[in-house]
Amino acid sequence: MAIFIDADSRVIVQGMTGSEGLKHTTRMLASGTTIVGGVNPRKAGTSVTFPGADGADVDVPVFGSVAEAVEATRADVSVIFVPPAHTKGAVVEAIEAGVPLVVIITEGVPVADSAEFFTLAQAKGVRLIGPNCPGIISPGKSNVGIIPANITGPGKVGLVSKSGTLTYQMMYELSEYGFSTAIGIGGDPIIGTTHIDALEAFEADPDTEVIVMIGEIGGDAEERAAEFIKANVTKPVVGYVAGFTAPEGKTMGHAGAIVSGSAGTAQAKKEALEAAGVKVGTTPSETAQLVRDLLG
Amino acid sequence: MDLFEYQARDVFEKHGVPVLGGIVATTPDEARAAAEKLGGGGVVVVKAQVKTGGRGKAGGVKVAKTPQEAYDHAAAILGMDIKGHTVHRVMIAEGADIAEEFYFSVLLDRANRSYLAMASVEGGMEIEILAVERPEALARIEVDPTVGIDAAKAAEIVAAAGFDADIAEDIADVFTKLWTVYQAEDATLVEVNPLVRTGAGKIVALDGKVSLDENASFRHPDHAELEDASAVDPLEAKAAENDLNYVKLDGSVGIIGNGAGLVMSTLDVVALAGEKHGGVTPANFLDIGGGASAAVMAAGLDVILGDAQVKSVFVNVFGGITACDEVANGIVKALEILGDEASKPLVVRLDGNNVEEGRRILAEAAHPLVTLAETMDGGADKAAELANA
Repeated sequence: MAIFIDADSRVIVQGMTGSEGLKHTTRMLASGTTIVGGVNPRKAGTSVTFPGADGADVDVPVFGSVAEAVEATRADVSVIFVPPAHTKGAVVEAIEAGVPLVVIITEGVPVADSAEFFTLAQAKGVRLIGPNCPGIISPGKSNVGIIPANITGPGKVGLVSKSGTLTYQMMYELSEYGFSTAIGIGGDPIIGTTHIDALEAFEADPDTEVIVMIGEIGGDAEERAAEFIKANVTKPVVGYVAGFTAPEGKTMGHAGAIVSGSAGTAQAKKEALEAAGVKVGTTPSETAQLVRDLLG
Repeated sequence: MDLFEYQARDVFEKHGVPVLGGIVATTPDEARAAAEKLGGGGVVVVKAQVKTGGRGKAGGVKVAKTPQEAYDHAAAILGMDIKGHTVHRVMIAEGADIAEEFYFSVLLDRANRSYLAMASVEGGMEIEILAVERPEALARIEVDPTVGIDAAKAAEIVAAAGFDADIAEDIADVFTKLWTVYQAEDATLVEVNPLVRTGAGKIVALDGKVSLDENASFRHPDHAELEDASAVDPLEAKAAENDLNYVKLDGSVGIIGNGAGLVMSTLDVVALAGEKHGGVTPANFLDIGGGASAAVMAAGLDVILGDAQVKSVFVNVFGGITACDEVANGIVKALEILGDEASKPLVVRLDGNNVEEGRRILAEAAHPLVTLAETMDGGADKAAELANA
């Protein structure tokens, strides 16, 4: 088990024939992901040859639309690498084709576009992850997005984070334990999957023993996650919040990472999590130590 | 990006929202000319243009009965400091005969991943205070992002806020036009406070706040000219030219890292380490992003070393997609490019993809300014120590 993706996930790549799409499709295949197709209307009917996980080449067919790809391959996950101006169209196409899980890697998507495709996805029961996220990995089973597969293997820690590199750092710190699933939900103001969605899934996942939740300044997602944990999560949760030293009114890289007035500070988030029984580290290494203390 | 009031006024006017005449002025002479043009000798209001609240209390809003008074008020207000914001511009606005004040806003609702419209018949006061003290007086209505504020939604908001029947239709019309502003300009906030009814019964947006989504700038080439060049720190401007994500802070430890989350975390770890080294703190936030090429690393180092406050630099990179050997080569080449301009000690921590090769490259280069750190905590400690030396 794992959350959202596992060894049976059948993945198509929207934007596979672009430079980022090619690079990351190669990496996803190398880490064992079942990639069943790419989508590009101008290259429909062609295929792209990638080196496969076992050394043999893999031919991945290119389809003219997501609907055609789903029809031909029974794909149940789509990962999107198209530029921001075309992202809304790509996501809407995947939703309308009935793909149940859509992972949006693209950074710089207008928030109005995200609001629109999220509303559509809700109505159709489609799970979105991202945008502006590193994706999701269930080590040894499937890897959808850009998270490096070689940091660590399968294990019993579940991790949810807004940030990519901070996810990698924490996977590295806890590499001796391995992960059931690590998911980067993205740093935009509107994201498809929240901390709460991931916490709920980890709580239900028998492979996950400890949950690590990484937050950052801005918004109140961590405070809401704290309330959710208090009411619904029985597994131990260890937290970390980045941005204690961030000044008010300055956006720190992620569009969502801005402290406005007294709201959204790291301290307030830490206190809310602690009040929900979550142990919170002040640095990544201290956070990793808290997990080690739990797992022995 | 937040707009000034005069810019919001112009955007409102462009989309048919009723506003009063307003002209921006940067000198008292311009203010007098604007008052002559607008008021026809009548009353105007001189309003400081700053992106913060409380300017009225600070003396930044004055009524002028004559163009000479507008000149005098502008002379007093220009250059004034309001909560750390220097006033570089004033808006000369037509005087309004206010009978009633209302409130309206539409904004991004992160928690519900939707939009929220808020309206109140009790305008004029600070909305945060109204929301806390009299929450029942503030109507909050969800707006479906795929539908927006159409006539039916506008009527729903008007009814929920309890506007009088005789103005309900006019108010609803203004709400749909403000939605047009929100949607057409890719805003994340459109707020009018106050929205007023004049003595003659006209509905007018008297003061507006608009925030625009910078991610949408590719479909709004005209938004570039709304940027306030005077407010940008010169180092931040230089970083922006190189597509680097840089925020200037007050400390002495320069920070370079990859990925926003990891860099924020690095700032915290350095500040914590600084407590043991004379209280040194980070000098900046700098995210070089995924592909840390030599050119990007050089541009980043160049920006940081251009900050006179910087005493040491901590480069903290986790090679996820990026290979550490590329980062190491980037650092070596950056130091070559910068030559004598690279004059401050660098502590480098590399981990992840191809880390052994990366560390080997830096060890072989043996640059006198570079110290290798094994861990993030160790690197932060060393950089703080060097900044305090």
